[in-house]
Amino acid sequence: MAGKHIVIQDMEKVFKTRSGDVQALTKVNLDIEASSFISIVGPSGCGKSTLMNLLAGLEAPTGGTIVMDDKVVKGSETGNAVVFQKDVLLEWRTVIENVLLPLELKNITWFDRKDKKTNRDMAKELLQMVGLEGFEDKYPFEMSGGMRQRVAICRGLIQNPTLLMMDEPFGALDALTREQMMYDLLKIYSKFKFTVIFITHSIEEAVFLSDRVIVMSPRPGSVLKDIKIELDRPRGINSRKDQRFIQYVDEIRSVFQSQGVLSEV
Amino acid sequence: MSNKMARSLSVVLTLLGLIALWELLCFVLEIPKYLLPTPTDILQRIFVDWAMLVRHSGVTLVEIFAGFGLSIVIGIPFAIVVVYSKYASQAFFPILIGLQCIPMVSLAPLLIVWFGFGMLSKVLIAFLISFFPILVNTIAGLKSMEKDMFMLSQSLRANSMQVFLYFRLPKALPSIFAGFKVGITLAVVGAVVAEFVSSERGLGYLQLVASSKLDVTLQFCVIVALAIIGLGLYNLVSILERMSIPWYKASRGGE
Ligand SMILES: Nc1ncnc2c1ncn2[C@@H]1O[C@H](COP(=O)(O)OP(=O)(O)O)[C@@H](O)[C@H]1O
Ligand SMILES: [Mg+2]
Repeated sequence: MAGKHIVIQDMEKVFKTRSGDVQALTKVNLDIEASSFISIVGPSGCGKSTLMNLLAGLEAPTGGTIVMDDKVVKGSETGNAVVFQKDVLLEWRTVIENVLLPLELKNITWFDRKDKKTNRDMAKELLQMVGLEGFEDKYPFEMSGGMRQRVAICRGLIQNPTLLMMDEPFGALDALTREQMMYDLLKIYSKFKFTVIFITHSIEEAVFLSDRVIVMSPRPGSVLKDIKIELDRPRGINSRKDQRFIQYVDEIRSVFQSQGVLSEV
Repeated sequence: MSNKMARSLSVVLTLLGLIALWELLCFVLEIPKYLLPTPTDILQRIFVDWAMLVRHSGVTLVEIFAGFGLSIVIGIPFAIVVVYSKYASQAFFPILIGLQCIPMVSLAPLLIVWFGFGMLSKVLIAFLISFFPILVNTIAGLKSMEKDMFMLSQSLRANSMQVFLYFRLPKALPSIFAGFKVGITLAVVGAVVAEFVSSERGLGYLQLVASSKLDVTLQFCVIVALAIIGLGLYNLVSILERMSIPWYKASRGGE
């Protein structure tokens, strides 16, 4: 379908710093199916953001290759959309102008679109989908954290991505908003069916959302465990009560325990 | 909104009260007019010498506008060069910061030797004194783009022109306007001080003439004119700021 197939081979990333080399990632190998939802969990500092930046072409790996749909990644590829941990909205643009930014930068106009919907209509539709109708002409400073992150997601979606990458997008939100955002994200995913790479440090969040959860080791980061999540879709509040949900969460938690990332007193 | 009106009303009332107090003290303490005129004396004199005051204010205003305008026209492109060129930022910028420490008004006598008693030397002083705050603030603003925002621009595949126009420049606007506000205030100082040094027209000239004739009332008239010009120009810049960056003040909860 409309998602990218990604193959990561022996990927490495070493940062050269004044106090010596920092090996952020070591020998990462992954094969991510087209249109699947993958979560990456790992302790803080294990290289999750680095991994995403490499996939997004924002930084170059120091070893190995990334191949998307049989093409080696060199820089930021079309079809990729990134949602960062901070919403990075442009304070000087209204909500709808923020959503339209990617199209403006690419000079995409109405007649370039297959659906022949004006860009504004498209943006409005996306905002409506995340519950922000009526907020089009507000400035970011007038919005709460959750609302701002929704705008950032719309800014990703308007690019009609085939790969959506999100780096702890809900990290700064309160628990309730966070849960609502998960339901919204699943709704969006079922509609667009792109490939999603979702970075989080919440085990429950990863299990709830994903087809597969990749557990990373502490730095230097590498794939510690690759767990297929066989919970039925569409998922909702009841999925959390599913016995398998609880088992998956336990399984991942015990991986962290065995690594010394989680320990009881 | 009504809160704001109440606040400005209290300012106006306090000001009127202070002026009334001044009037009263002059009367009660019998302060002679040649030392401190009363507000009504000053007001009366403004009416009498209205045409002359306006003429000299016009000259000074032109000098201020020309000097300030020159700072913008030269300062902003210069800041862009400093931000984008490694050489300019490494070699030029420290020199500029050093130059900034020279009190620019001390150059006035020299510039008058070079460029004559006319307007040009005053414009240049107004320019020199308002140039540095505009330059330095613009540079700081253009450098204020965070790494996150740069990453976003790269993920959206923006070219370097777009990074400048869509991200860097708007991000710099609050800082640029802060520079304008300092710059316009200093441009007034520059023009008047340059007129003190040597001139045939302008409010600084009028001030000197009044001083030599021990005409304290006229001196006060000049001060009033300068206060109006200073406040007016500052507010003009503030209004322009609010119009061009409505998202800024409000996002910080107003002043
Ligand atoms: N630009 C950089 N320069 C040097 N070291 C870096 C840089 N970016 C990340 N690192 C280091 O790489 C490691 C992984 O960082 P990061 O990918 O941000 O981790 P995570 O997102 O999992 O918390 C950390 O130890 C971090 O200090
Ligand atoms: Mg991170």
